[in-house]
Amino acid sequence: MVGNVTDEAERTAASAAARAAGVSVQAGVRATEPEPAAEPGIAVEMRNISLWYGQKQAVGNVSLDVPRNRVTALIGPSGCGKSTLLRCINRMNDLIDGVRIEGEVMIDGANIYAPNTEPSQVRRHVGMVFQKPNPFPKSIYDNVAFGAKINGYTGNMDDLVEESLTKAALWDEVKHELKKSGLALSGGQQQRLCIARAIAVNPEIVLMDEPCSALDPIATQRIEDLMLELANDYTIVVVTHNMQQAARVSHKTAFMLAEDDLVGRLIEFSDTDEIFLNPQDSRTEEYITGRFG
Amino acid sequence: MAATDMQAGADRGLYVPRLSFRHKKGAAFFAICLAGTLVGVVFLAFLLLDVWRDGAGFLRWEFLQNFPSRFPERAGFQSALWGSLWLIITTALLAFPIGVGAAIYLEEYAPRGFVTKAIQTNISNLAGVPSIVFGILGLQLFVRGTIGIGPSIGGGFGRSIIAGGATMALLILPIVIVAAQESIRAVPPSLREASYGVGATRWQTVWHHVLPQAFPGIMTGTILALSRAIGETAPLIMIGALTFVAFRPESLLDPFTVMPIQIYNWVARPQPEFQDLAATGIIVLLVMLLSMNAIAVLLRQWTGRRYGR
Amino acid sequence: MAADTAAAGGPAAQFQRRRGRELVEQAIGYALFLCAAITVLTTVGIVLILVVEGLQFFRDVSPWEFFTGTKWTPLFTNQAFGVLPLIGGTLLVAVGAALISVPVGSASAIYLSEFASPATRAVLKPILEILAGVPTVVYGYFALTAVTPLLRTTLFPETEIFNALSAMVVVGIMTIPMVSSLSDDALHAVPADLREAAYGVGATKFEVVTRVVYPAALSGIIASYILAASRAIGETMAVTIAAGASPNLTANPLESIQTMTAYIVQVSLGDTPHGTIEFRTIFVVALTLFAMTLVMNIIAARVTARFREVYD
Repeated sequence: MVGNVTDEAERTAASAAARAAGVSVQAGVRATEPEPAAEPGIAVEMRNISLWYGQKQAVGNVSLDVPRNRVTALIGPSGCGKSTLLRCINRMNDLIDGVRIEGEVMIDGANIYAPNTEPSQVRRHVGMVFQKPNPFPKSIYDNVAFGAKINGYTGNMDDLVEESLTKAALWDEVKHELKKSGLALSGGQQQRLCIARAIAVNPEIVLMDEPCSALDPIATQRIEDLMLELANDYTIVVVTHNMQQAARVSHKTAFMLAEDDLVGRLIEFSDTDEIFLNPQDSRTEEYITGRFG
Repeated sequence: MAATDMQAGADRGLYVPRLSFRHKKGAAFFAICLAGTLVGVVFLAFLLLDVWRDGAGFLRWEFLQNFPSRFPERAGFQSALWGSLWLIITTALLAFPIGVGAAIYLEEYAPRGFVTKAIQTNISNLAGVPSIVFGILGLQLFVRGTIGIGPSIGGGFGRSIIAGGATMALLILPIVIVAAQESIRAVPPSLREASYGVGATRWQTVWHHVLPQAFPGIMTGTILALSRAIGETAPLIMIGALTFVAFRPESLLDPFTVMPIQIYNWVARPQPEFQDLAATGIIVLLVMLLSMNAIAVLLRQWTGRRYGR
Repeated sequence: MAADTAAAGGPAAQFQRRRGRELVEQAIGYALFLCAAITVLTTVGIVLILVVEGLQFFRDVSPWEFFTGTKWTPLFTNQAFGVLPLIGGTLLVAVGAALISVPVGSASAIYLSEFASPATRAVLKPILEILAGVPTVVYGYFALTAVTPLLRTTLFPETEIFNALSAMVVVGIMTIPMVSSLSDDALHAVPADLREAAYGVGATKFEVVTRVVYPAALSGIIASYILAASRAIGETMAVTIAAGASPNLTANPLESIQTMTAYIVQVSLGDTPHGTIEFRTIFVVALTLFAMTLVMNIIAARVTARFREVYD
């Protein structure tokens, strides 16, 4: 489903070397960069993305630049392709049979759909938090450590678990019961555990697919606060059906809509304030004022 | 990808993904799983080939027409074929109505509660009881007419078709009930509501609406259960299905033999000719089983089209 | 409707109960209950018969001798009633069979559930199910006429004509579909979002399957192992034909042994008269067999129920 395994293994060996070279160069550049507050760089550059499920087109020709260390929200009525688009950024759609994707997703100047790319490594660099909290039926500790273990983490695992849980604002609640099953936590805690799990492999970008839709208002607020905090270290793309949430947490907002042909297209993309206070497109205005969707 | 690692995380160098090693492990694992799947397929192919090679020699009309004999070239399967036929019909006539009745009770009548739950648990436990234990039950209850204490219940049926059929019916009852329950459960509740809505009683609803819808599924399950019964040997050995029967049964009280018992009888003899005869018998038995299974599968597909499931 | 109202105090005429109809309905209800009750009566009958005859047996032979004795010769003049050789033979075959059915069945379950395309699955699954549908007497034939000769000419020339190993092989094969189909169900019950979560942190398919999906399905899979073992313990014809009739407390699979089931067949094929202690042995052996399989089935049901709770 993800292509020929052995071939990819061979190719990855080559690209690993190239990547190793890239790290030092790029890291050096990054170190001299100013505080991201000024003008953020581009973390993800989507160019003309179209997607088909079998014969049926779901996303039509979307181009979008996601700014680094910012929260970018994707909004739109259900069925507009926003979750599908989100899953293009970490090649999650590859897991579905019969999906075809055209266009490019550039992350740090490299197309993640280039033929020699390894999807599992894309996903390591682009983490994901899902709609419904989905901790593994393992201990809290093992949930967080899972990704690091399989990716050959050589540092101190205990420290990594603590650091990730702290960043996910869960450490204080669970530090005495790390051996407890992740399923024993409340819904909001589970979702923060999933966030800790995602950031434990040190991604640059974290995708969140309606992360609060299964949570109560208090848990929702904690996750929203967390998103803004995480934006200091990560680039965050969040899909939400809740316009207030988009307005509260995001710096930029993209509005998508599937019209009569049921193909999801990008209608408007701009600073969040701009979208909500001064939308350029009449359809955006209709949506945010609650006239449909 | 080359530049994806650009973020400055201090621990970036701490990850050593070793991808090509992981992919090699994955490929090996895939190969192992595929090989495991093929073990069963290859074994089945070998078994069928082996049986065909041994048994094809005796496969002619006389084999189906002759009765068992001390001389392999004259030995045949007729009494076993007829015995199996008698037995399977008896089993079906007993197991089908009782099984469907029990399923209707459990799905449509039974109150939610301890008794119903106990019956349900009991059915799934019965399905796991070794068949030979059913044979012992049949031997005491149906052949000898006693449960060991108290007076004998009318003396029993002796080593007859009815005793064998009753034993087999009890053996496959759990399978029939579970299959029937699943079919009945698959009938949409809206249909029942519609029927009650026009004033039908419970039984009228079941008889006129639920059962006709569930019927094909029940039939499929029953045929599969019967195909299990037709291959069963151990319980019938227990109730003493004779291993040398040189006549066709004429009534339910006649002694009988069946195909798998005749096969066992031939396998157990030392002469290689008889073992080849056993293989011939196996060919006939397997053909019969496969056709029953084919009917069940066709029935399932046909109803699948009919109800759009 | 209102025009037809009946005299005050009773329901309207058209709403009145129809006595006959009601009686028929009630009778049908009782008849259906009786059908369901037959299954309970079956269990009661089995237990009663085995216990009544078993108790009579234990009047002559002490339970201590029966459960700890290592010689089983009820049909000889020098009678001994130690059931351990039969239990040993049964367990030897069951363990050997599990060594085949557990790994092979698990591998095919993982292949069918995680790797196979729907088309491949549609072909392979029914083929595996045929393995479960082949009558056990056929497996016995194959073990005796094909597996044993093969063992003797290739791997182990010292194999006896009747031996536990050939029975292990065929019983193992016949229980593969049980393991693979129940494990396949368990793997399928693992929610898709767990797989996605694992892929989401950069796991490869191999890691998703072995470190997330398989552990998550483990209790359901273990239930399938227990049920397969229970089936192997109760298996009769293949072991009767292939493994022999010598009660023999041994761990050497190349020797002839006797299982509990095979012993019961042996007695019922002979001319042992009813009512004798020799004949009663089959009830007490069957009672032991029944108890063993029942316990295993109950454990498997418990484990499955717990597995379902996690994902509902």
